[in-house]
Amino acid sequence: MTLAELGPYLALILVGFLPNEVWRVMGIAVVRGLDENSQIIVWVRAVATAILAGVMAQLIMTTSGALAAIPLFVRVGAAAIGFAAFMAARKSVFVGVLVGELVFLAGAWMYGP
Amino acid sequence: MSAPPAPEPLIASGGFVLGCRTALTSVFAFVISFTYIGFGALCHDYGLSMGWAMLSTALQWAGPAQVILVTGLGPGTSLIETAVAVSLSSVRLLPIVVALMPVIRQESTRLWQLLVPVHFMAVSVWIETIRAAPRIARDQRIAFCNGVGLTLLSIGVVFTAVGYTIQALLPAVFAAGAMFMTPISFLVSTARNARLLLDKLALGLGLAIGPLMAYSKVDFDLLWTGIIAGTVAYGAHRLQRRWRPAS
Repeated sequence: MTLAELGPYLALILVGFLPNEVWRVMGIAVVRGLDENSQIIVWVRAVATAILAGVMAQLIMTTSGALAAIPLFVRVGAAAIGFAAFMAARKSVFVGVLVGELVFLAGAWMYGP
Repeated sequence: MSAPPAPEPLIASGGFVLGCRTALTSVFAFVISFTYIGFGALCHDYGLSMGWAMLSTALQWAGPAQVILVTGLGPGTSLIETAVAVSLSSVRLLPIVVALMPVIRQESTRLWQLLVPVHFMAVSVWIETIRAAPRIARDQRIAFCNGVGLTLLSIGVVFTAVGYTIQALLPAVFAAGAMFMTPISFLVSTARNARLLLDKLALGLGLAIGPLMAYSKVDFDLLWTGIIAGTVAYGAHRLQRRWRPAS
């Protein structure tokens, strides 16, 4: 089944909302049973972090949309410099996003379309 | 060191308003604005409507899951795979809800009273609630949590619309800049939350394996990325624990 067959709003409910909300509701139910440090939860958290990292990498390296018009080295370079600034600023999310974004815009302006 | 600070007076009323104020002055108000500008721009780029984008923020209220949903709705990805990826990306919500319950729940609390604060649960709302809870009377904590959650979620919905509009109006370079906001803000905020070797390895390996999987055009590339990188990180974490048992 594809999006066109299901419709975007139905897809939002079935594919976006429900698989997401289930964890919140389940949290109420299992509150007495499950230890936050149980091994299955630790493993699942690692898988979840890795999926998220994979999504970020794929977004940066995307071959479609507005980002694809900016050379790849600008995108990867801006992410790397933003990350370095985040580390240098004692893990300030603000500094990391700001520097990464400014480097990206400068690079896009110089090398972009 | 001088004497320990005197305990602050317990806040016994107005939990909801206090929650709203706490959210507005939180660093997360800033982070969420930027993240959802990026998400709104992404939705515009993928041809979805502004109403859909705002509803996604209100209903899902989990940035990574929303991005996975939007990128997975394109042609060529099965909805089942997208649903599983969305669900796996939100597993972190389970432990934070589990940890929140003993903080906000009272003997007299009904199930339906918990469904609202639990819907608002995100790492940001959780951090603010847990931090403030000790100086708030127990019967005000659900209201406080709702205040923080509703305020941050509203900021998210508004800035989703802002990002969507900006993307439609801006010249190409700035539109691309708005798109770049999502990966860069997720990257640094995930790195900020990564304290254990486990989280750092999962992040690093996922960044490396994700594009590799996409490039080799395997089916279920995100799931494979998660399972391979996550399991390797978990294995390393176990080995580290064995060599250096926690004291």
